[in-house]
Amino acid sequence: MSAIFRSMDCVLDVSGLRMRYGQTDVLAGVSFTAGRGEVLALLGPNGAGKTTTIEILEGFRMRSAGRVSVLGTDPAHGGEAWRARTGVVLQSWRDHSRWQVRELLAHLGRYYAPYSTPGLTRPWDVDDLLATVGLSEHARKRVRTLSGGQRRRLDVAIGIVGRPELLFLDEPTAGFDPQARREFHDVVHRLADREQATILLTTHDLDEAERLADRILILAGGAIIADGSADQLSRAMSTRCEVRWSRDGQRFVHAADDATAFVRDLFRQYGESIQDLEVRRTSLEETYMALVREAENSGPRRLTAVAA
Amino acid sequence: MNPRLLAVRAGLSRGGIELRQTLTSPTDLITFVLMTGGFLAAMLSARHTLLPGTAVSLGTSRLVSVLALDVGMYAVLWMADRLVGDREDGTLLRAKAIPHGMLGYLVGKVVSISAQVLIAVAATLLAGAFLVAGLAIGSPGGWLTLAWVLVLGLLATLPLGAVLGSLFPNTRTTALIFLVLGGLAAISGIFYPITRLPVFLQWTGQVFPLYWLGLGMRSALLPHAMAVVEVGHSWRQPATVAVLLAWAIAGLVLAPVVLRRMARRESGSRVAARREKAMRG
Ligand SMILES: Nc1ncnc2c1ncn2[C@@H]1O[C@H](COP(=O)(O)OP(=O)(O)O)[C@@H](O)[C@H]1O
Ligand SMILES: [Mg+2]
Repeated sequence: MSAIFRSMDCVLDVSGLRMRYGQTDVLAGVSFTAGRGEVLALLGPNGAGKTTTIEILEGFRMRSAGRVSVLGTDPAHGGEAWRARTGVVLQSWRDHSRWQVRELLAHLGRYYAPYSTPGLTRPWDVDDLLATVGLSEHARKRVRTLSGGQRRRLDVAIGIVGRPELLFLDEPTAGFDPQARREFHDVVHRLADREQATILLTTHDLDEAERLADRILILAGGAIIADGSADQLSRAMSTRCEVRWSRDGQRFVHAADDATAFVRDLFRQYGESIQDLEVRRTSLEETYMALVREAENSGPRRLTAVAA
Repeated sequence: MNPRLLAVRAGLSRGGIELRQTLTSPTDLITFVLMTGGFLAAMLSARHTLLPGTAVSLGTSRLVSVLALDVGMYAVLWMADRLVGDREDGTLLRAKAIPHGMLGYLVGKVVSISAQVLIAVAATLLAGAFLVAGLAIGSPGGWLTLAWVLVLGLLATLPLGAVLGSLFPNTRTTALIFLVLGGLAAISGIFYPITRLPVFLQWTGQVFPLYWLGLGMRSALLPHAMAVVEVGHSWRQPATVAVLLAWAIAGLVLAPVVLRRMARRESGSRVAARREKAMRG
């Protein structure tokens, strides 16, 4: 996405966001932007301030300082029309336990009807939505009888029933088994493809961020220390590669700063006798752990190389 | 359609759904039946005891007291309790996350709790009409009085419940509201004429809507001669209207301010923190 296009179509624009609780600065200058249709993962260890950040953007919490624009509006002063364009899925819900699934979804959808635009009919058709999140056969069940994974998919359904232009998901899969997690990821993919919605999700699970997001923002030490695609991040962080090959039945391993040059030399020297060549970049997992460790020990250092 | 108007309409149907949930929930029904049943038993046991110097039985007078408590005490208590419960489980936060959701939520609450109170009143009245003698119902004037006492009473008490519900931190503390209201009932002339109390307690009792609700109920349902035991030997209907209206206006002005302040402070982390605390302690 080009810089100009993004600035025209900017859904989230955060700069210098600060949040202080008592004497502690939890957020010490968070800055990032998101364009229309992007799926962003805010990744960070527990206590990094992900929930704080997302709740400020949702308009549920007042910030200490900084400039925040969500769909062109300061969330601290977002009115009901602004609210209608956002969708919120919190870390955990237990509400409306006595309601039937379909009844609840239909009821909450009603509030969005006046906010339809010529290009976008609100709310989402309830039966269609139930099918999208895979809850059709549970439509008449009471909410409290749903399993953890089903409840979470209902939460997402409620979050998107108004067909939001921007959806917030806070740790959407915390406490899921692998099966539920995979089903959930499918729902998010479907949503991003079909609805062209911008999605900001938080997670402390790198694997999840990699699977779901176009872009990963790493939050540690109170600031965004890295911002880019999974690929860009590991490229920027890992300057070293591990090169493995075999020659004449013997195996070799070499750590190289410039793997391309090294391999070029290798072939020039030995030509066809090189076999089983393997070049492996440091894994994103290792990258992430190193970044977080560094930020927590010596304060945030932004990886300017990938700050897009 | 206007979003506010639509939210009000959504709130009306929300109230209907909540009422249906209460009426089909075994626990709620059992609580309700035990409560009403207890009151009925108290009425029946005293139905042949005449109040001295009158043609009205003690049972009849108790029935009228129960009606006053339905509106003056349970409306406040239910409203406060639901609000605290809904804040605790995140229902309120959900309302906040959708456009005009708080408006719909409140309309729904008012509808479902009003309906619940009216059902309790109707059940008590119906049982009483068959079981105790001396009830002055059947006159158009009596019905009319009962109607305005109920409407003004709910207007005075529901916002009060909403304010209390916004101020109390969790469902364990709402028992305190019950105790306070019970104490208030003791000085509100519900169980015996307020004129028997020391003067300063009489004045205290007459500040709150519960006394006036009771007085209004008695004026609607007891023979006119019974007014002799009241303050000033009169039903004081104009004063009843004035005081209940004053409480209603005060509540309707105050409740939105307090509710808004409470709702503004709600966030996912607050809900989660409260839950953690509740699970630990
Ligand atoms: N209301 C609050 N008051 C004081 N400290 C808070 C409050 N909310 C969060 N914190 C602290 O801020 C830090 C970040 O919390 P949070 O945003 O929940 O992190 P995350 O979601 O990344 O786990 C934590 O150390 C937490 O204890
Ligand atoms: Mg969190």
